[in-house]
Parts: sequence; structure tokens; C-alpha cells
Amino acid sequence: MKRLEDEFAIETATEQYVTRRQFAKFLVLTSLGMFVGNLWILVKSWFRRPIAYPEQVVAGVGEIGVGEVKLFAYPEPADACIMIRTAPDQVVAYSQKCTHLSCAVYFEKKADRLECPCHEGYFSVADGSVMQGPPPRALPRIILRREGDQVIATGVRL
Amino acid sequence: MMEYGFFIDPSRCIGCQACVNACSECETHRGHSLIHVDFIDRESTIATVPMVCMHCDDPTCAKVCPADAIKKTPDGVVQSSLKPRCIACSNCVLACPFGIPKVMIELEQMMKCDMCYDRTSADKRPMCATVCPSQALAYVPLDVIERERREKPTNVFHFGNQRVQTKVFMMVPPDTSAITLDVVDYMWEPGA
Repeated sequence: MKRLEDEFAIETATEQYVTRRQFAKFLVLTSLGMFVGNLWILVKSWFRRPIAYPEQVVAGVGEIGVGEVKLFAYPEPADACIMIRTAPDQVVAYSQKCTHLSCAVYFEKKADRLECPCHEGYFSVADGSVMQGPPPRALPRIILRREGDQVIATGVRL
Repeated sequence: MMEYGFFIDPSRCIGCQACVNACSECETHRGHSLIHVDFIDRESTIATVPMVCMHCDDPTCAKVCPADAIKKTPDGVVQSSLKPRCIACSNCVLACPFGIPKVMIELEQMMKCDMCYDRTSADKRPMCATVCPSQALAYVPLDVIERERREKPTNVFHFGNQRVQTKVFMMVPPDTSAITLDVVDYMWEPGA
């Protein structure tokens, strides 16, 4: 209670103001804290082990036609993904979550791009990179491998 | 020079409202009258009492202010709320034992009598005291009031258990030293 009365003095004569030196100390200590925190994050990232992704059959080779899509979940059941057959012998797959605010992206065949309807974020079908709009990063790409007549997901490249 | 004091004598008030109009001409709150001229008991008497801020030594209004907007200057004057801080919450209006603060809804700010700070800080009398024809509001040296008035000035009030000492004086009968009020006394109604 005493401290409260000191900080919020009723009388103007006893009001306390933050001095320039006090403020400078606060700034220096805060930025020092930020710096140490960033170092910690850097060191942690050096020692991070790569995540082990499971292998999962997502489709048969001839299952979808050229320009068609198939939705699947990988690596967890909650992680929605979209697979597109761009050419007779080529399929690509990306996470369906827009990197902006996680709306589901869809394949717009006419414009040949992935579109997010929420804020008109467009992604390239070729590599998932951002073509326009607010998304800050490219869509995470699902790494696919062909094995016999099956298409298998083997990992996620963020 | 003897220090000037502000004295309120309700028994001298004639209810002319001159102070109300003079108040609104003060430069610090131009256009807003911050004085109260109240009927004491409208039903049975025409007696009125002018109330200016008493400028408490330990101002209740400032103590209850959640926004730290009410400040007291070194000369003992409790100022109007600071415009950038006041949130017009009316805490001070409810807390003030004298009923002084006014919340100006259109300004979203509490304003109260600041004893015409621009005038009194420059050794001039407050607007209301300059116009009061019966000197119910008087701004004079303490020795003058003691010499010229039968009543005695006091600045100690008891509101229940709360003791309030103020910068402004109230004129009371000569044998009284402090004004003691108990809110419960005023809840009694004749015939009830």
C-alpha cells in the first residue's frame, strides 16, 4: 500500500518521474535480455534433431487425372494436405493450411495456382511459394515418392 | 502579508447566484460554473448555501481516483482532473464528502472548483468571492475575519469516523470547534 501511494502520489511535489538514466537502464537491460534469448534459440536450433516423418500411401498412380486434386491428411490426421496432378507423370502436394491464418487453400485450375479465399493469398503450384497476398511463407511441401503404382508421402519440407 | 483564507458562511448566503455566474467566467474553466448553490431544505426554507471545493489536506476524491488524475499542488489546492487521465468514472463524485466534483459528460472529464488557480496563485481573489454581495464567500486574511465576524472559522469536519481537515474554512457558531455530521442522523424522517 505504501508503495502504491509513492508511485501514484496525490501531491504534485512528491510525484516521481522516471529519470532518463532509469529509462536508459531499462532499455539496455531489456535489449540484453532479448539478445540472450535469441542466443538461446540459436543454440537450441543447432542441437535440434530432424523430425522423423512416417511413410504413408496417399494415392495410386493413375487415381486422379491431370489437373485434378486429392485431399489427404499427413503426417497427422489433423494436418490437411492437397495433392495436384500437374502433368501425366508429375504430382505435387502441399499442406492445405494457408501460412497466413490457416484457411484451407484450394487449387484454381484456370489460373493454375493455389488460392486462399480468406484474404486472396495465391501460391505457386510449382513450388508452393507466395505469389500475392498476406501469407508470409511458402506452403509446406509434402515430399512424395513413387513406388510401383503407389504414391507415398515421406516427409514435409517447411 | 498575512496569508489569505477562503471562508464560507452559509448564514450570509442570500441565494443570488452571483457566484455561479462569476465562476463560469474564470479563465481556468471558462464557460463552466463549478460552484454549487444549494437549497438546504427546499420544502420549509429558502435558505441556501454556497459550496466551493474545501481543498482537503488528504483529498478523498484523489484517493479514490483509479486513473491518478486528481492532483494537489504544493499550496494545498486540489486541482481539477487532468484531462489526459480522467476517465469520467464518477468515483470522486460519489466519494467527496462535500459533494463538490462535477462530471462533465460532454467533456468526459471531471471538473471541480480549483479556487480560481490562475487568480489565487497570482494573489488575486477567486471570482466568486469578488462578486459575493453578502460575503458569504470571503477571501480575506485570517485576522480580518476574526476581527470582523461574530462566527468562528473552522476547518475540521467529522463525517462519521472520517476526520477531514481542509484548506477552506466554514464559519460556525463561536462555541463550536468542529463540524460533526453523521449520515444516519439525516435518514431520520419526522413522523416515520
